[in-house]
Amino acid sequence: MKMDKENSARDRALSYSKWDFLNKQQLIFLVTSLTAPFVTLLFTSCDADDTQQITNFDQLVLQEEFDNDGAPNSAVWGFDIGTGENGWGNNELQYYTDRTENVTVQNGILLITAQEESFEGSSYTSARLLTKDRFEQQYGRFEARIRLPYGQGIWPAFWMLGADINENPWPAAGEIDIMEYRGQNPSVLIGSVHGPGYNGGNAISKEYTLPNDRFDTGFHVFGIEWSPEKINFYVDDVLYNQITPADVTGEWVFNKPFYILMNLAVGGSFVGSPNAETVFPQTMLVDYVRVYKNTELN
Amino acid sequence: MKTKNLTMIAIRKIVLIGCILAIASGCEREFSDDVEFAGLPADGDVFIDAFSSGLNYFPFVDAGADPEAFSVVTDDVFSGTSAMRFDVPTFGNGFVGATFATTSNRDLSGFDALTFYARASQGATIDAIGYGVSENTDFQVTVNGLAISTRWEKYIIPIPDPSKLVDETGLFWLAEGASFEGDEGGYVLYFDEVKFEKLGTVAQPRPAIFSGEDLTEQAFTGSNLTITGLTQTFNLESGVNQTVGAAPSYFDFTSSNVEVARVNELGEISVIGAGTATITALLGGVLADGSVEITSSGGLQTAPVPTLAQANVKSIFSDAYVNDTESNFTPGFGGSTTETSVTSTSGGNVLTYNNNNFTGIIFENTVDASGLTFLHVDVYVQEAGTEVGIQIRDIGPNQMIETDVNNGLPIGDDRDRRFDITGLTAGQWTSFDIPLDGDIANQKNNLGALILTGGPNFILDNIYFYTE
Repeated sequence: MKMDKENSARDRALSYSKWDFLNKQQLIFLVTSLTAPFVTLLFTSCDADDTQQITNFDQLVLQEEFDNDGAPNSAVWGFDIGTGENGWGNNELQYYTDRTENVTVQNGILLITAQEESFEGSSYTSARLLTKDRFEQQYGRFEARIRLPYGQGIWPAFWMLGADINENPWPAAGEIDIMEYRGQNPSVLIGSVHGPGYNGGNAISKEYTLPNDRFDTGFHVFGIEWSPEKINFYVDDVLYNQITPADVTGEWVFNKPFYILMNLAVGGSFVGSPNAETVFPQTMLVDYVRVYKNTELN
Repeated sequence: MKTKNLTMIAIRKIVLIGCILAIASGCEREFSDDVEFAGLPADGDVFIDAFSSGLNYFPFVDAGADPEAFSVVTDDVFSGTSAMRFDVPTFGNGFVGATFATTSNRDLSGFDALTFYARASQGATIDAIGYGVSENTDFQVTVNGLAISTRWEKYIIPIPDPSKLVDETGLFWLAEGASFEGDEGGYVLYFDEVKFEKLGTVAQPRPAIFSGEDLTEQAFTGSNLTITGLTQTFNLESGVNQTVGAAPSYFDFTSSNVEVARVNELGEISVIGAGTATITALLGGVLADGSVEITSSGGLQTAPVPTLAQANVKSIFSDAYVNDTESNFTPGFGGSTTETSVTSTSGGNVLTYNNNNFTGIIFENTVDASGLTFLHVDVYVQEAGTEVGIQIRDIGPNQMIETDVNNGLPIGDDRDRRFDITGLTAGQWTSFDIPLDGDIANQKNNLGALILTGGPNFILDNIYFYTE
């Protein structure tokens, strides 16, 4: 809450600079429809505008639309299986599998489903997908269109880890949480970075509350624009945070390739356990994952 | 909680007549552009700092509510200038019970919840609170047991299906009182900013009928059954799953076989033929949890007509005889799952037992069977292999049923005679004549109850003690 206040003024400034470009396009569209003869002139003036401070990631390099039913494309997605160490470091309660019951593609949507069932000593099963050793990239625009599940103890995430994690263990590897969410707070999105000196409960983090709406009733686009010395966090058309080296209380480790993870955890220290009110199964629906780059940066 | 208000009805009549006159006088002309057909205001305000448009206070005086319990105050408000205050009487002095209905009908279909701020002078639980109570209760919504704290907090009562609320008058109702000595009473409730809102965060509907249970019932032509346990549950922005009781008219009921059973908009099921039908429901297009599967054997044949003279009989339940005593057929024993109904058929009344584990027939006055020798009972089952246990209980001179809760055996001055009804044939009546012997051979002058076990589904008729 304190952070919200500190950042609010800056956010307004950010909102303006980030969407400066889009606003111009919208303006052009508006003007075009009113005054067609001037279109050429206006486009020219836009193209000539080289003074913008934002990085424009317009080259699509990963377009995962989940168009083929069945298991997700193994050229892009691998799986973490089991319970990890200490519930993946968070006392999570689920056992991750790659079974159809927990992960499948149907009708153009990736379904990651948490089930309440006794399995290999765990009380819940779910799935965690990752692009480690398959797709890794430094900088870019990373976004996914997702409808989230809900309920006490439900913890979905769309996030990234430093690709050098084997040699450089967490938190030094770095972590970017594009989307985290507590099922018991269905209107609240959390975006964070973790690194050496700022991780776990001390991550650099910000919440965004969807006004008069919630994340489990429709699809929303969760994304970051990651360029040197800067990570912008957005949902749909709202830029809600920017994190720079000045904001982190340790070394800036976001200058190397990262890979993508998507998972649906159950329980754990971040959300607490499910209770009798939690409805199972719960499914996280992913419409697409897209990654863009900028030719000059990537 | 039925309320009648003559004033309100009178006003509505005047308005209606006004409309007719207006239309009649304009019959030669086409409607002008100014005519609004969807005319009801989408006004969600109930009480902000005063009564909203057309709102009136209707205490449930006939039911014993204290009409003086309500007032508008300015000394303890959440926001603005005024709040609603209810003084909950102490036990025995009436209760807070009222609806607030408007004469200016509202279109509430654009909202998703009634919200208000409330506090109490002490931690309290409101027995019932909601909306949709006026001259009809078609779309009544009730939350039972709403806990209110001593500081102002916001409360949300979701609308089960807003699309139904296009012409509403009952905007807010509540009932709270001390229902026994020592229950909370003698305290004050405050409400403020009472209004319908579009929150946008009322989601994940999970409607239910029969409280979400899938029931099976035996039935026959002429059986009637009412769907109970009608609720809608939403997940709120706070993460809380809020359940409200919803009137039947919010639901669309369906029978899988209308030749066997039909269900009307009030959730009343009528069995009209032989076969199996499953009754389910939708609320706002969402399938409700819970159902009932009805197996009907068609017309129930009449039990064998008794032939003994009335003088030889002390009857408990039979159309053929005058009762020796009235009885309680639904004693509600703790832990009992039994559903009992007295069902009328073309051949008279029968006793229908469903889902029995144990229940009883408790005689209001004991029966002196000293000069009698048998208990007669006719039993009908639909499923082969059904067995029923019957225990004839003499409750002794102290006139109290005394049972060892661990094994169900009579203790104190009680005695019983136990009999297992077996060898029943599905689809027909079988008559049993149970001798009043064994432990009650010499103590049958204070017969007080019949205990019924087993089943779980059976029908009884012609229950009487007699001598030949």
